[in-house]
Amino acid sequence: MAENLSGLDTCDTFPKLLLHHARVRPEHPAIREKDLGIWQTWSWHRFADEVRSLACGLAAQDFKRGDHLAIVGDNRPRIYAAMCAAQCLGGIPVPLYQDAVAAEMAFPIQNAAITHAVAEDQEQVDKLLEILPQCPSLKRIYYDEPRGLRHYAQPQLMSCDELLEIGRESYRRDPAFLETEIAKGAGADTAAMFFTSGTTGVAKGVVLTHLSLIDRARAAAEMEGLNDADVVLAYLPPAWIGQNIFSYAQPFVTGYCICCPESPETVMSDMREIGPTYYFAPPRVLEALLTQVSIRMEDASALKRSLYRHFMEIARRVGGAILDGKSVGTADRLLYRLGDALVYGPLRNVLGMSRVRVAYTAGEAIGPDLFRFYRSIGINLKQLYGSTETCVFVCVQPNGQVKADTVGPAVKGVELSFTPERELLIRSPGLFKEYYKNPQATAESKDAQGWFHTGDAGYFDADGHLKIIDRVKDVGKLADGSLFAPKYLENKLKFFPYIKEAVAFGHGRDRVCAFINMDMEAVGNWAEKRSLPYAGYVDLASRDEVYDLVRDCIERVNADLAAEPEIAGSQIHRFLILHKELDADDGELTRTRKVRRLHVGEKYAELVAALYEGRPVVHVEAQVRYEDGRTGSISADLKIRDAKTFPPAAARKAA
Amino acid sequence: MNDRAHRIGDVILAVDRVSLAFGGVKALSDVSFDVREHEVRAIIGPNGAGKSSMLNVINGVYHPQQGTIRYLGREYHDMDPHEVAESGIARTFQSLALFKGMSVLDNIMSGRNLKMRSNILLQALRIGPALREEIEHREVVERIIDFLEIQAYRKTPVGRLPYGLQKRVDLARALAMEPRVLLLDEPMSGMNMEEKQDMCRFILDVNDQFGTTVVLIEHDMSVVMDISDRVVVLDYGKKIGDGSPDEVRANQAVVDAYLGVSH
Repeated sequence: MAENLSGLDTCDTFPKLLLHHARVRPEHPAIREKDLGIWQTWSWHRFADEVRSLACGLAAQDFKRGDHLAIVGDNRPRIYAAMCAAQCLGGIPVPLYQDAVAAEMAFPIQNAAITHAVAEDQEQVDKLLEILPQCPSLKRIYYDEPRGLRHYAQPQLMSCDELLEIGRESYRRDPAFLETEIAKGAGADTAAMFFTSGTTGVAKGVVLTHLSLIDRARAAAEMEGLNDADVVLAYLPPAWIGQNIFSYAQPFVTGYCICCPESPETVMSDMREIGPTYYFAPPRVLEALLTQVSIRMEDASALKRSLYRHFMEIARRVGGAILDGKSVGTADRLLYRLGDALVYGPLRNVLGMSRVRVAYTAGEAIGPDLFRFYRSIGINLKQLYGSTETCVFVCVQPNGQVKADTVGPAVKGVELSFTPERELLIRSPGLFKEYYKNPQATAESKDAQGWFHTGDAGYFDADGHLKIIDRVKDVGKLADGSLFAPKYLENKLKFFPYIKEAVAFGHGRDRVCAFINMDMEAVGNWAEKRSLPYAGYVDLASRDEVYDLVRDCIERVNADLAAEPEIAGSQIHRFLILHKELDADDGELTRTRKVRRLHVGEKYAELVAALYEGRPVVHVEAQVRYEDGRTGSISADLKIRDAKTFPPAAARKAA
Repeated sequence: MNDRAHRIGDVILAVDRVSLAFGGVKALSDVSFDVREHEVRAIIGPNGAGKSSMLNVINGVYHPQQGTIRYLGREYHDMDPHEVAESGIARTFQSLALFKGMSVLDNIMSGRNLKMRSNILLQALRIGPALREEIEHREVVERIIDFLEIQAYRKTPVGRLPYGLQKRVDLARALAMEPRVLLLDEPMSGMNMEEKQDMCRFILDVNDQFGTTVVLIEHDMSVVMDISDRVVVLDYGKKIGDGSPDEVRANQAVVDAYLGVSH
């Protein structure tokens, strides 16, 4: 291992890393894909062969140093080989989201004046052909899967097989060409360009160099002890920086094997077959998996259900601590081991996580219960923080120091700092070079000292772990000047099943108050179990029992907040339960179901005023728009209740 | 579409003056039409027009009282469905006829039955030539599974699948015979818009990739007009129209009988 690594260190670009692996571990699996029901393996040697032929083919097709290669497709060996082929020639792969509509692909192609593209199949080819009139620069489209394309007559089209043949032919004529091209590459060259999704404006091309990608991939691999025996399932879009790091940069750094699922629908069973050791999933995927488990448990026999309940209780109590290597009583340890044999082990197996050593989640806040569930059954799930601009690895929770609500301390090589407005600043060898052709945006987010302005607000907790609370522009201040992060509070509230949405107010005021939207399904079920009769949404929402239920949730959040001195002032003093669900049709949510806080505050100004005036009840009459377009009105008397708050110091003692 | 016209070959199947009656009920009277190699040929008509009967006649389930059917230049009489299938004509059913308790994979494998040569004992023991044969058949089946994008359901019992997918499995089983002519009886009935679009794509892809000649019965006019090269229209057992979708659309008799009188 040691001599391999020493050779690795001199490789400053991905193509050089590829040649290194092809030399050092030629027969070791590099990439697998399930095809016709059988896992097909490419060794590093085979992978390098494929890349060489593709690269020589591209060169013969007039793809030059500095050119951009658009790559559109799901995870497939060819897609990754194409990325490397472009890099061999000093070109820049630009992976695009395979589920983007044609119009969204036009901007990156125009922006980078892309001349060559690799598309997975007919679907992607159709999209590229559709935008061809707006993208005159696009001269060549290579497709991997020929199905349905036999009768396409466009002169731009060529199959990857044909391209490979051209490549092999030109390699036979001039075998030294590619080695020379690869040797010309340097770490400071651009390795890839990723277009940010553009939820906050126009899409921007993030330019990343070989050095930055390799540095971050290596730092995290060393931290987690990744090596060539690891296995990863590549199932998220290759155009997303995270998947690219896990299935391109890190395997190139460590030599591990990535596996491409047979189809998007087979990911679950493919994962069970492969048994990845290193795994990434955004919270929504983890949530969906847990839901599946819960549903299947409800259908199980009474014996299995009671076993599951019993041992999950033990896991919740001691599972996390055992995983963290903390001291746990012998009796509990034995019980946990028994549970591992009967419940947790089989459960991990069903989830395809039996061999997982390291699992990450990121992207959005994860519910503490969800997070603890996976840890309690022995899966080393951890959180990380990063973005496209920072090559993902900024903060990672180290083994044994995992918390549900932080993202861990900085990874080796990263410096963190905060502006007075609490905006997080990052300096790291993994920082992007620039936004492509957008010096203004580059200057706005990267200052002269090399700090990257993330736009995220946060702070360090007592152990030096980074805690991200909100976007900086949404963070406010209470009247006494203390921090107010509405989204942070709302997320904490929304993790309770009974609360569907929450809207917190407090900017410029002396204390925090909140609107609560109950979750009709969860609260309805809860009411049914307690034989609580109700006439409908409005009636249920105004029940004292429901108010008590919600108050309980809020007080638990308050107790949590009291333990964090930075944000203890944001405890919720008063709340009301809204008489209707917040709805995008009424302009209260965005189409992606995010609360439009300002708009809600204005629309229900009367309610907000009542919260702060201390009135016990407020009458509301509101217009609602039904789905068929008609409008009607709902009127109700909303109760307002107080919630208990906790003095910061006392709570800290208790915690 | 020029390219398509290019590929369409000679007449592969010709129905000549076929009449079929059940007692006093005339299901088909004096129907003639032909099907060319590699084309997509639709049979349309109102309920009870005799469309399914027509397929059943081609398929060998019914034997017409009058008229002949020529397939690959040879006239055939009184062939039973088994022989018709062996000669390369496969079909799917309007009301699915899958083995509900068996997995998707086994259902499709059953479509290879006609192609299995080794004896039943060897097959049961999976030894010697039978094993080799099974591996070959499995490969064909896997290609079809890949083609119809049902990889996720290989091991699922067919009865547990939603209707649209069952239809796809039915098509897969028919394809497993590697037919020259594929008869599809309402392949899109009971499907939602998205499933219909998928099915259209699969039918066109089958036709394109394997060169399979397709004869289909369908109710959804937009589908028929979109994917077929030529259309036969039946009404009360008689042929009232025949030609390209545009010609059929312009045919007054067809408009009156089937599409309804336009206002």
